[in-house]
Amino acid sequence: MASHYEAPIREPLIIGDKSYHDITVEVAAPVEGKANKQWWIVFGISLAAFLWGIGCILYTIGTGIGVWGLNKSIGWAWDITNFVWWVGIGHAGTLISAVLLLFRQKWRMGINRSAEAMTIFSVVQAGLFPIIHMGRPWQGYWVLPIPNQFGSLWANFNSPLLWDVFAISTYLSVSLVFWWTGLLPDFAMLRDRAVRPFQKKIYSLLSFGWTGRAKDWQRFEEVSLVLAGLATPLVLSVHTIVSMDFATSVIPGWHTTIFPPYFVAGAIFSGFAMVNTLLIIMRKVSNLEAYITRQHIELMNIVIMITGSIVGCAYITELFIAWYSGVEYEQYAFLNRATGPYWWAYLLMMTCNVVSPQVFWSKKLRTSIAFSFIISIVVNIGMWFERFVIIVSSLHRDYLPSSWTMFSPTFVDIGIYVGTIGFFFVLFLLYARTFPVIAQAEVKSILKSSGDNYKRYRDAGGANPAPSTPTKTKEVETVADVDVDANTSSLLSSLGSFDATSQTADDLKLISGVGPKLEKTLNTIGIYTFDQVSKMTNKEYDLLDSLMDSFQGRAKRDDWAGQAKKLKK
Amino acid sequence: MSSKVIQAMYNDDDVLMSAVKETKSAHHHIEEVYTPFPVHGLDKAMGLAPTRIAITAFMYGLCGLSFAIWMTNYMMIQDWPQDIGGKPSFAWIYNMPAFVPIMFEMTVFFAAHLMVITFYMRSRLWPFKEAENPDPRTTDDMFVMEVAVEGNEKELTSFLKKTGAVEIKVTEKH
Repeated sequence: MASHYEAPIREPLIIGDKSYHDITVEVAAPVEGKANKQWWIVFGISLAAFLWGIGCILYTIGTGIGVWGLNKSIGWAWDITNFVWWVGIGHAGTLISAVLLLFRQKWRMGINRSAEAMTIFSVVQAGLFPIIHMGRPWQGYWVLPIPNQFGSLWANFNSPLLWDVFAISTYLSVSLVFWWTGLLPDFAMLRDRAVRPFQKKIYSLLSFGWTGRAKDWQRFEEVSLVLAGLATPLVLSVHTIVSMDFATSVIPGWHTTIFPPYFVAGAIFSGFAMVNTLLIIMRKVSNLEAYITRQHIELMNIVIMITGSIVGCAYITELFIAWYSGVEYEQYAFLNRATGPYWWAYLLMMTCNVVSPQVFWSKKLRTSIAFSFIISIVVNIGMWFERFVIIVSSLHRDYLPSSWTMFSPTFVDIGIYVGTIGFFFVLFLLYARTFPVIAQAEVKSILKSSGDNYKRYRDAGGANPAPSTPTKTKEVETVADVDVDANTSSLLSSLGSFDATSQTADDLKLISGVGPKLEKTLNTIGIYTFDQVSKMTNKEYDLLDSLMDSFQGRAKRDDWAGQAKKLKK
Repeated sequence: MSSKVIQAMYNDDDVLMSAVKETKSAHHHIEEVYTPFPVHGLDKAMGLAPTRIAITAFMYGLCGLSFAIWMTNYMMIQDWPQDIGGKPSFAWIYNMPAFVPIMFEMTVFFAAHLMVITFYMRSRLWPFKEAENPDPRTTDDMFVMEVAVEGNEKELTSFLKKTGAVEIKVTEKH
């Protein structure tokens, strides 16, 4: 028998007395239930922002990027700031799903699905900016090395901007297949629970016919491991290459060899902050506090604290190296950054990114949910300003003092940025309502080692929470030779029959698990009221199963009798 | 030949594991095991051969690397050599450092995508594919072991009952 031992000092990753079936039900609940009012309000706001962003993008493309606040000195501003900000946010998802998988960190399993979703959605936002910055996005395919009408003029493989094209598209597509492969067993779970035919069809399509054979699982685990091994250097390469967009130039403030590691650390820093922002809300709204625990948030806060300190180190190193280099242009770039007209942006960056995460040294603060949420927002703001400071403050005072200038964004700059935030939340909100937001198959595999009840059983003794081994085995005949009439009458005799003249039929669809089709089936058997359903016991459940071809065992699993008892009142 | 199988359903992974081991040592042929999550050690207990999918990924990666080398050499050195920023394209090896990011990305791109496609093909996973799990509960909390019937069916059924099965079902497999 497999050992599920885990050291008692490790806190449980799944809180409460959960069984495998509980995990299924709780992960499926947000998908199977109905959206509440708050969801629609937030979705409406996000959609409005998204549409506003589309309007601004269309205006930009129709008129030209002159509608942005760019000028002859500042050729890159909000567009590239937003691009780097969004790509950076994406990094946390891959870090959680790939790097933590390689390090065998089990706490990854509660959060990896949403973190990866966040990665994909934010890389989509990031990708928008270089494309619209082209000015003529319909000629965007020129960045691809394909035969063209200019003889054989190929894309320039020496350019970091082209490396970016390869890095971002590889990153987006590999993240997508990694995410989707992990989703297959969970989509299959939703498919096998789906009652309504439309949902069943959709989840059958999405799950690619996942069956869960032993061989499939063996390959699944190997594929996940290899993809993690590939995604780890990939994620490091992506932000390294993004930083080379700056580092390979000869502009003081950009031409810095420390950029690759510094950008990667910053990306992880901002990404974890965004994961915290999203999951602190989601665990509450979707009732997933048993799977995304306080401990998960604490561990993410520790990552934020460490990467924040690395970023702080990089800021100081940059200043030191600028002074130590003896190059006056370099020295001026950094002096101007901290004390010039953009001092406020620099100060904001320093406070948000270097000072604020240091509070997480306190155990009390890093385990406070509300406080973690506030810091996560602060870090997101700080990291946006970091990119703004690097890009704009290095450009606005160039070698020629007559061209020194300032940047002021137009409503289009702001609109596109707000639009991408809206687009991101539109995607994430739709995801939260239609996808299994917890990798439930993986979480089930750690239930026995890290589940609260199993740990208590091992450490302190008590009842074994594992399902009891049955004393009697149920035999199911394949050729169902069931006397339907006899079973119907015996079922109705114990439930009581329905008299259409004196009683009114209840809406049986209110019972979770019963859809329109099942209601019709129940009606043909003669079950119309909650009163009848509430009388069901194991004997009646079995009889009911024998009368129906599909939905075997569902009535008992979803506890129809208990639900009907409540509905009756 | 009609192939009759018995599907024994279990409600716990540890019970399933010991059942698989018992069935194996009693020399019954386990056709398939369906589980809702990866049960570690199950493949070894069933006697499944280790998967070679990681090896294919390595080979796909080599293909990607070779393709990137060919592509950069053909496009930047052979077909239209240019002097970009005072760095002329005389020989691939001199320009190689600038091509490292491309070589790396192509390696990862080929290895990851072709491996996943191989996995989907080998495990028969694609859109519109019908699921083949014998019971919808096998994606929830139930574990099904499918054992081929050879010889005495009654004996096998009672043997499987003793392994702790919750439910036993005899079916014709097509």
